[in-house]
Amino acid sequence: MANSRNRNTGGQSLEPVAGNGLIDRRALLGRGMMLAGAMGGGIGTSSAAAGAEPLADDPWSLEIGEPTPLYQVPSKFEAKVVRTLSNPNHEPRNSHSRTPHHLLEGTTTPNGLHFTINHGGVPTIDPDKHRLVIHGLVKRPLEFTLETLSRYPMISRMAFVECGGNSAPMFSPEPMQENVQAIHGLASCAEWTGVKLSTLLEETGIDPRAKWFIAEGADSPRLSRSVPMKKALDDAMIALYQNGERLMPGNGYPMRLLLPGYEGNMNVKFLRRIKLVEQPAMSMYEARTYSPILPNGKAYRFYFLQEVKSFITSPSHGLTLKGPGLYEISGIAYSGTGPIEKVMVSADGGQSWAQAALQEPVLSKAFTRFRMPWRWSGGPATLQSRAWDESGNVQPTRAEFVAARGELPKPAPVLAFPNQHYNSITSWGVGSNGEVKHVYA
Amino acid sequence: MFTPKRAAFAASLLLAMMAGASLAETPNFGKPIDEAAIANWDISILPDGTGLPKGGGTPAQGAPIYAEKCSACHGDNGKGAQAAALVDNRPNIEIAGISASQKTIKGFWPYSTTIFDFIRRAMPFQAPHSLTDDEVYALTAYILAENKLIGANDVMDAQSLPKVKMPNRDNFIIRFPDRI
Repeated sequence: MANSRNRNTGGQSLEPVAGNGLIDRRALLGRGMMLAGAMGGGIGTSSAAAGAEPLADDPWSLEIGEPTPLYQVPSKFEAKVVRTLSNPNHEPRNSHSRTPHHLLEGTTTPNGLHFTINHGGVPTIDPDKHRLVIHGLVKRPLEFTLETLSRYPMISRMAFVECGGNSAPMFSPEPMQENVQAIHGLASCAEWTGVKLSTLLEETGIDPRAKWFIAEGADSPRLSRSVPMKKALDDAMIALYQNGERLMPGNGYPMRLLLPGYEGNMNVKFLRRIKLVEQPAMSMYEARTYSPILPNGKAYRFYFLQEVKSFITSPSHGLTLKGPGLYEISGIAYSGTGPIEKVMVSADGGQSWAQAALQEPVLSKAFTRFRMPWRWSGGPATLQSRAWDESGNVQPTRAEFVAARGELPKPAPVLAFPNQHYNSITSWGVGSNGEVKHVYA
Repeated sequence: MFTPKRAAFAASLLLAMMAGASLAETPNFGKPIDEAAIANWDISILPDGTGLPKGGGTPAQGAPIYAEKCSACHGDNGKGAQAAALVDNRPNIEIAGISASQKTIKGFWPYSTTIFDFIRRAMPFQAPHSLTDDEVYALTAYILAENKLIGANDVMDAQSLPKVKMPNRDNFIIRFPDRI
């Protein structure tokens, strides 16, 4: 009975739903039995495994293990799961670390692997001495300590943070042979806990002339950005905790501004001062760095939003498929506008598409994991994902993006930031040998 | 994600919490502080010149400071080295291509006040906040003069600096006006 039902359902759901081996997403997520049964050959059918080695106990099963550490770190066998560093020798310039998306799953970036960009090293801040002042166009300027902020009503929310320069290698006119960490590693997602900025502004009062606030860090370059008061009164928060523990030093310890969905640089770390003003300060990062040049020579100002985006993390560049058969395509989608509505996946370079399964919960301005079952025939394939958000924004194709935003005449160094706010479709080409490479399609 | 049911619960909880206190009261743990006490930290400068400090400087005063404290990274006369070039000597500057290499001070930066602001808050990289305001004005004047945006003898101070019109000032498009 059970077998025949599984076989019938499996027979239907494992029908291809788009070209080059994409299988109905309903074959996943809670229908593991069916998928397992349908993988064929292996599970449940080959009862006679003649000649298999008898199972033996390994040493770790025969002796007492290691003592329990105060703060546990990953297994030594996971030593390759690390960030990549743009400035490993701490030269006098900024320093980036990138999240290894191809080695992670789910939607939460572990704190040790959250991307960071710091413009003057990572400051060592004594939390008892740190102060946050809010002043300028307020009714009464106030000073807060970490201890007093910790007594305010808190909220927790998942939110991605993405550098406005993430994915910049894709402005290159040819696909740079780099992995998902190098291309998209300046985006991460965590649960942030802290105090809403609007709560503190209730206490300072707001002079109606205030249209912007300037946020400034306690780091050596006093990194500073201007943010519209609209965002302050919407979902801006002073984050004190990251995935349940205090912020990591590189992520802004002991407190940072969190502006869900807005470019990473605006989420000022080591936050020590907020000044309400009538006009933006036109700091270097807003007047120059995050004003992307357009093909007509003009430039966008106050881009703010990290627009809808997705990319496949597995399989992806640098990985090798071990042979034809069933695989799960898995990736990340997110939008600074709100929740992801759907993700479509193609295995034939965009000729045909099928809808991917979205892992619940699908949260606003947070990573959403999508999955798609795929049977690789062993022939060439081009894997793509394309996301839509609930506001109706759709991730552009590369051709659409280049038409609107342009591309470089020749490749730039992979660590350079030739332009900002790139969000088009990423393509991974699978060769007949199973090697996966970055391609344009 | 808030369901209506949870939102209603949250609202009733909030009302219950506020019942014992006056309406919209916050914990009031913020300590009052006056602007005079904040002044040392308040280095914000607006493009109209608001916040610029007293003092001033000339290109001639800036040249030796530049040579001593800036040229190791930014190259002789601002031509660039491991850090960005600060002087753009192209005869006809126009934005050619979308690369950030086009974003020179002369060719791209919309406001002169940003130069003063960035030097004062972030430079020199390894000794930030070590320059006097006069030195920052002098370096700003030096960079503007080398870019032929001011005369060789012009004094930069709180009055004159905001009046320096940068060539690319009106070449920007607000990306999402409804978010401001």
